[in-house]
Amino acid sequence: MSDTDTKAKPVMIMQAINAAMADAMTDDDAVVVLGEDVADPEEGGVVGVTKGLSSRFGEKRVRSTPISEQAIIGAAIGASLVGFKPIAEIMLMNFTTVAMDMIVNHAAKLRFMSGGQTHVPIVIRTMTGTGMSSGGQHCDFLESWFAHTAGMKVVAPSNPADAYGLMRSAIDDPDPVLFIENLPIYWQKGEAPEPGHRVPLGKAHVAKQGSDVTIVSYSGTLLQALAAVEAMDAAGVSAEIVDLRTISPWDEETVLASVRKTGRLLIAHEAVTKHGVGAEIAATVSSELFRELKAPVSRLGAPYAPVPFSKPLEDAYAPKAAGIAEAAISLCK
Amino acid sequence: MTGNDVLGAEIQLDIYRRAALLKANDERSRKVITTGRLVMPYYSYRGQEIIPSALCANLTDDDYLVTIYRGIHDMLAKGMPLKKLWAEIAGRVDGTCKGKGGPMHLTYPARGIMVTTGIVGSSMPIANGLAWGAQMAENSRVAVATFGDGASNIGAFHESLNLAAVWKLPVIFVCQNNHYAEHTTYEKATAARQISDRGHGYQMPGVRVDGNDPTAMYHAAREAVERARAGEGPTLIEAMTFRFHGHVFGDADGYMDKAQKAEAIANDPVPRFRQKLIEDGIASEDELAAIEADVARQIDEAVDFALASAFPEISELTTDVYGAMA
Repeated sequence: MSDTDTKAKPVMIMQAINAAMADAMTDDDAVVVLGEDVADPEEGGVVGVTKGLSSRFGEKRVRSTPISEQAIIGAAIGASLVGFKPIAEIMLMNFTTVAMDMIVNHAAKLRFMSGGQTHVPIVIRTMTGTGMSSGGQHCDFLESWFAHTAGMKVVAPSNPADAYGLMRSAIDDPDPVLFIENLPIYWQKGEAPEPGHRVPLGKAHVAKQGSDVTIVSYSGTLLQALAAVEAMDAAGVSAEIVDLRTISPWDEETVLASVRKTGRLLIAHEAVTKHGVGAEIAATVSSELFRELKAPVSRLGAPYAPVPFSKPLEDAYAPKAAGIAEAAISLCK
Repeated sequence: MTGNDVLGAEIQLDIYRRAALLKANDERSRKVITTGRLVMPYYSYRGQEIIPSALCANLTDDDYLVTIYRGIHDMLAKGMPLKKLWAEIAGRVDGTCKGKGGPMHLTYPARGIMVTTGIVGSSMPIANGLAWGAQMAENSRVAVATFGDGASNIGAFHESLNLAAVWKLPVIFVCQNNHYAEHTTYEKATAARQISDRGHGYQMPGVRVDGNDPTAMYHAAREAVERARAGEGPTLIEAMTFRFHGHVFGDADGYMDKAQKAEAIANDPVPRFRQKLIEDGIASEDELAAIEADVARQIDEAVDFALASAFPEISELTTDVYGAMA
């Protein structure tokens, strides 16, 4: 028997998230799932991420809801205050806007406003991402709004093992975590996670070592950065790629250590560049490492515009491998 | 027991004890603010005392309450300790929330006071969640969301009533209809003939009751609590009342109808109840005076305790944002 035969078969990100929820529900009766269409009679979600859970754990613990985002998050908050660990699905990230009062004014703040008497251990799963021709209201990356809200944690995995490990940690965490799933990469395969594996929140991962420039990214754009390696290598640029994994609180230590080594930083994300997560990272790195930087910190994100429908416009909207390679190479000139 | 049955003496006195505390506490709060001893936004509930007093006589410490910024009467009726309440509204470290919540965000889980929200309409979605937790845990607890008439025009109200009915949650929605949504009259802002009608649209009992009448309010609450505990689902209670002061204490309240307000004050529900207790032979003047003296003493002690309590350390600014991270 060869080594490869003993390894688990690669899984898709979507399967890893499903497995993380199933394993958490097996380990802890307090873990419950709610959201639009999440139970099996409704096909386990519009993309099927929660498929099988209600058949296995019952519709008491996996509950399809009305299309009522405020009621969904309110129900999750209330149940979390009395011992449950709800995983609430807000189908698409744009629909979180309908529940912002519950998320920002309540979930994020109840621990602080109660002086630590209560806390809100909920996970809000939500999917998004351009590339599916869904236009202006179904695929925005709005992570900076939540990262800017004290009390919220924001997570965005880029591969199956991290998706599993971050989901397990998000469920374990005593506070609200927004878990951003990238819809177009749900079917991306990768190494299967070990059952029970945890990826700690707030810890980045160096996805590829390099010496000339650091590229910080997350979610689907991280895969674009990895796809840019060949072009960068061909141009003689050795890029170190850091997968942020947790957007808030972000791992300053790992990012600073990498930039200290390379002297250059490019931040790439799918969200609109202006006022985005990249601005926070750029400001911190510029301030901490001003004298060690060999070039100004650079950011690559979407233009200041809503997501367009027309295919060539949509393709040009979010950073892709070619653009990331070009930006990284030009930083090293 | 039906809706017309006379309440036993013990229940009536229980309700009066709570109402007397609430009335005296509101009077003291306004005095403490006008004399400059405390600075805070204060939303007077004067005139609305009977509603939570009669409601909470039907609840246990294990039942849950989510109230709103005009909600100190609700939480006192539910058993919030006076000293901790006063220290909190004074921003002191001995407050329920170490002074970090303030008068709009008091919390006291030991008496089931789980959330106080400053956002109109936000008590209901969270009360549903508490009720859902009770339903899953099968512990026969109920959750109460209180709110004003203005909140019934917010989307969250409708989402919450719908979900509560579909899931048969053990929750009671108590609308304290005081005729004013902040500065705007009911008629100008609300299309429903009466808010209780909105319950029918969600296939739940919608009960309109004189919230200033202890007997009527007690029976309405009792029926709703029993229904919730029996697993029969939610109830919407519209408790009619009147707010004696402006939206926030200190506003000119020029938007309030003067004759309507004078009439409401002339019918002040707490002294009216007091009078009836004496007339019905439930309690003597001396017994009621003793209750009131006891309440006044407790409030004196609480105010002194609060003002003598320390402010939180500045380091509290960044604590309780997160717990220990996974």
